Amino acid sequence: MGHTIKVTVNGVTHEATVEPRMLLVQFLREVLMLTGTHIGCDTSQCGACTVLVDGVATKSCTMFAVQADGREITTIEGLAANGDLHPLQKAFWEEHGLQCGFCTPGVIISSYDFLKRNPNPTEEEIRHALEGNYCRCTGYQNIVKAVKKAAQSM
Amino acid sequence: MANYIGSSLKRKEDRRFITGKGTYTDDIVLPNMTYAYIVRSPHAHARIKAIHADKALAHPGVVAVFTGKDLQDDGVNPLPTGWQITDSMIEPPHPVVAVDRVRYVGNPVAVVIANSRAAAKDAAELVEVDYEILPAVVDATRAIEKGAPTVHDEAPDNISFTWELGDKAATDDALSKAAHITRLEIVNQRLIPNAMEPRSAIGDYHPARDELTLYTSSQNPHLIRLLMCAFVLGIPEHKVRVVSPDVGGGFGSKIFHYPEEVIVSWASRKLGRPVKWTAERSESFLTDAHGRDHYTVAEMGIDKDGTILALRVNTIANLGAYLSTFAGGIPTWLYGTLLAGQYKYPHIYVQTKGVFTHTTPVDAYRGAGRPEATFVVERLMDTAARELGMDPAELRRKNFIPADAFPYETPVVLTYDSGNYEASLEKAMQIIDYQKWRDEQAKARNQGRLIGIGLSCYIEACGIAPSKVAGAIGVRAGLYEGASIRVHPTGQVTVYTGSHSHGQGHETTFAQIVADGLGVSPENVEVVHGDTAQIPFGMGTYGSRSLAVGGSAIWRAVEKIREKAKKIAAHKLEASEDDIVFEDGKWVVKGTDRALTLGEIALTAYVPHDYPEGLEPGLEENSFYDPANFTFPFGTHIAVVEIDPDTGKVQILRYVAVDDVGNVINPMIVDGQVHGGLAQGIGQALWEGAVYDENGQLLTGSMMDYAIPKADDLPHFEVDRTVTPCPHNPLGVKGAGETGTIASTVCIVNAVVDAVSHLGIKDIPMPLTPERVWRAIHGK
Amino acid sequence: MIPNNFEYIRANSVQEALQLLSQKGDGARLLAGGHSLIPAMKLRLNAPETVIDISGIQDLASIHRDGGRLHIGALVTHRTVETSDEVKSSCPVLSEAAALIGDPLVRNRGTIGGSLAHCDPAADYPALTLCLDAEIEATGPSGSRTIAADDFFVGMFETALQPGEMITRVTFPVLTRGTGAAYEKFSHPASRFAVVGVAAMVTLDGSGNCSSVRVAITGAGPSVFRATKVEQALTGKAPDEQAISDATQDVADPADLMSDISASAEYRAHLCSVLSRRALQRAVQAARG
Repeated sequence: MGHTIKVTVNGVTHEATVEPRMLLVQFLREVLMLTGTHIGCDTSQCGACTVLVDGVATKSCTMFAVQADGREITTIEGLAANGDLHPLQKAFWEEHGLQCGFCTPGVIISSYDFLKRNPNPTEEEIRHALEGNYCRCTGYQNIVKAVKKAAQSM
Repeated sequence: MANYIGSSLKRKEDRRFITGKGTYTDDIVLPNMTYAYIVRSPHAHARIKAIHADKALAHPGVVAVFTGKDLQDDGVNPLPTGWQITDSMIEPPHPVVAVDRVRYVGNPVAVVIANSRAAAKDAAELVEVDYEILPAVVDATRAIEKGAPTVHDEAPDNISFTWELGDKAATDDALSKAAHITRLEIVNQRLIPNAMEPRSAIGDYHPARDELTLYTSSQNPHLIRLLMCAFVLGIPEHKVRVVSPDVGGGFGSKIFHYPEEVIVSWASRKLGRPVKWTAERSESFLTDAHGRDHYTVAEMGIDKDGTILALRVNTIANLGAYLSTFAGGIPTWLYGTLLAGQYKYPHIYVQTKGVFTHTTPVDAYRGAGRPEATFVVERLMDTAARELGMDPAELRRKNFIPADAFPYETPVVLTYDSGNYEASLEKAMQIIDYQKWRDEQAKARNQGRLIGIGLSCYIEACGIAPSKVAGAIGVRAGLYEGASIRVHPTGQVTVYTGSHSHGQGHETTFAQIVADGLGVSPENVEVVHGDTAQIPFGMGTYGSRSLAVGGSAIWRAVEKIREKAKKIAAHKLEASEDDIVFEDGKWVVKGTDRALTLGEIALTAYVPHDYPEGLEPGLEENSFYDPANFTFPFGTHIAVVEIDPDTGKVQILRYVAVDDVGNVINPMIVDGQVHGGLAQGIGQALWEGAVYDENGQLLTGSMMDYAIPKADDLPHFEVDRTVTPCPHNPLGVKGAGETGTIASTVCIVNAVVDAVSHLGIKDIPMPLTPERVWRAIHGK
Repeated sequence: MIPNNFEYIRANSVQEALQLLSQKGDGARLLAGGHSLIPAMKLRLNAPETVIDISGIQDLASIHRDGGRLHIGALVTHRTVETSDEVKSSCPVLSEAAALIGDPLVRNRGTIGGSLAHCDPAADYPALTLCLDAEIEATGPSGSRTIAADDFFVGMFETALQPGEMITRVTFPVLTRGTGAAYEKFSHPASRFAVVGVAAMVTLDGSGNCSSVRVAITGAGPSVFRATKVEQALTGKAPDEQAISDATQDVADPADLMSDISASAEYRAHLCSVLSRRALQRAVQAARG
């Protein structure tokens, strides 16, 4: 039943044997112990599990680990380079863009993908871009501010 | 010396969250861990005839299958409720796992424990339960009708309690004489909290030490330990450690002692292995305690000149199938006592019936009773103003408790500590440019556009609570808070607090208080929370109590440290104690430049070679702070909305919140709390609402169906403040966690109704979905 | 959250996928973007024995224009349709509609072929496909056939695809001068599926009258449908505001529509009228260039 996959996560290549039904998020959390990627729902709505798959923001709960074979994954743990926080991480910190922190990794990864495509967004565009990421703490206001700030410094 | 109190210090806790290094309960993996999956009732009401677990037990990887009977036979007691509302309150047993009857969809029926999550889930599907399906009742108003299905044999009419407060005779009399009565029938719909982190618990029992550690996503680990040890499992508290690590939001839903905490603890003791359970979101929908769910008839009597004379309120509160931890207190003491709002009307009478139904238990959800009360009062104010032909701001102003009347005793037993209601109303009106919008509204109407302006002047009682008062109103606990401060020999400080942060930023706010209090940098203050093994005792975080009660406890400990430090400083500086003052973060000999820092004093305390006679070495103090009163934040929110007449869709054009939460330690964090509260309150007004079918099936059981506000649903909030310090706690703070939720729901509803009132519409039930608004507009 | 177990096979070509489909029979499902299949599997509402992963078949992931036809491979994601310059210039309404599907993360992986094959009654693409008179290319063991959109949507989650067939591409007309189209969507606040979505396409003749009108509605009924009454009422007429308003008074009969907790049939019928009017107005505007 097991499939052997080779996945590069945050620059490190891992080989593992997984059941086909194992979701990518479970692989990251339970096999690689990268628990920064969270599971907030079971209907592919909340976006807490968002990671980059070959650079594209993806709900890792809606992809099987076997599908990640040969791909490059970036999780929240891989965003800071050499210990320097990514501008998005800094901006979320400075603008109080998080409270409980549970949705935060997914929101940051989604925003990363978004800013790559739209480096100079309006508030309205940011709000639309975050449609796939739920936050129950912040009312989104400071998240929007943080994304805007990050855009300016990226 | 920097003044950290009052500054928007960036949060100390954030580095771990933004780098993915937080530790939430499900992130914890222990050696030899097993996984529990809970078989839940698919029926709202049924008798369990038999449970067949053989196939599940035979499934590869399965370690054990337990039923309610296994727990019962092993002496596991039912879950307790912590609030006795009346002497005659009916309190039926709440088994951890159902034994013979299930009473809501999601009620635990059996537990499968396996070596992996997948095996546990696969095997759970093999557990066969024979049910005899019984008729169910989901609506509280239906449940008290004759002939309705009975939830518990102990309460044949489904009523747990009938509670009342206020002078009924005087209220009836005033209403009978009033020139005008404004009457509303209100449904405050049921909400599902949906903290982003699904609940999770791990029981970890070490047989050789006979010690149990429970990791749980809880807002109050000490309370869970107390309830589980003393009431449910009957095990000694000193052998149990409860850890609430990083917790991904609570909003009330993680206050309560849940069955799963008992299940993993008990099962771990049985199996001698760690047992983890984590809710899937579908389970969260079914089993996290829900909020609100009131049906209310409210009448306000008003004199010809707009003076309000009396308020009479009758509420039927749906409690769900069992009494959750604080269930009874929410629709009674936390609700009825707030019905005076910001106003000086002399007579109030409120009656609440707490009713069992075949639904998920209902308990505190952000605001807990106070949003429901504010909704009643402020809907009545807007409606009354319209009926009397007065501006809604004017009617409110006329009836405000004046700023010079504090402390003010209401007809419903509270004594408001301080307030200035006129000031917050004025400020909000000025920011939004109230008159301009009234003009705009008139113009819009002529063009067939629908613009509405809604006000909400709210009062909140938080910082619960003086223990004596808690006792008098039936809370089976004191509601003080504990704190401990340990100054290390090199002058760094560890603060242990009984409050728990699950997003509120205590690690920063509390560090700011201690930094100013002891003259150190916040960098050198570590705040520890959420671990019963480290913290003396704590009542936890709910009811916006962390800063007012927990922060005050920390301040008391700071004062004790300062007292001792003063003695040491006097000795070292060869001065009299009376001449030592704490200035600019140092202990100074008055009028000189001779001074010692905390670090110097601490080193002396731990290396006491040259030390005051008779003084104990070390620098560590405990405090338990029991508040003198509740605190009473207040404010005015104003919303402007526009409705699409074609579709009924509501758009928020502006939202202004002026809150008064007393002194503010960290303005950035307070603003953030307000934003989040607004989102949840607006969510209730426009989108959120649990819907059951008549058989008790939850139709809004996923994020596909239950609409949590998203980024593009919400406007940019304009948040401002007035500051009226709390006079009875050392920090002058009131609490900021719930104001947004309390004020905003009714504010939006008032605005929407205002937009369509010229069409003869008096009310629209929540949530104000486009269809409901469209129906109202078109009389459908 | 944890699906039932299944056999996973990756197909590297259409041929391979078809062979596997015929070999594995009823218990097999194709996996493209996964945004319909995987959520259903996580809730164990769908438990295929075999999942054939076609997401890597490069041949199905391209967009190209061939004269007056715009061919979109079955595996083209919503994101690509949303952002493709070719789609924006050839058939802009498709980009506009794709940008309204689900949320950005869903659009990053969800595919046009997957959406059409799944045929959710509230999905957006069925309305566009039907309105634009697109053709669906289905490939099976005996080769490819073209199915007109009018024949493709059979019912709720039901299409004209035969067992063993898969969608390989969808062909849309290139909208030229005189033809305009628009999509109006009223989203469910939680799922962001269409409570009602209306796609309209109008072609104007030399005198500015409608020579052809197509209106397709999703979300409202058990399956996407054409608002034929509206189409007939406007064909041959000058599409001024009044004519559009008159034509869209009674677009759908509530008796034919769905009623659920998110909207009653009566409200859906009303939205059909409102959104048809808005979509037609914008389509006419676009047609006038």
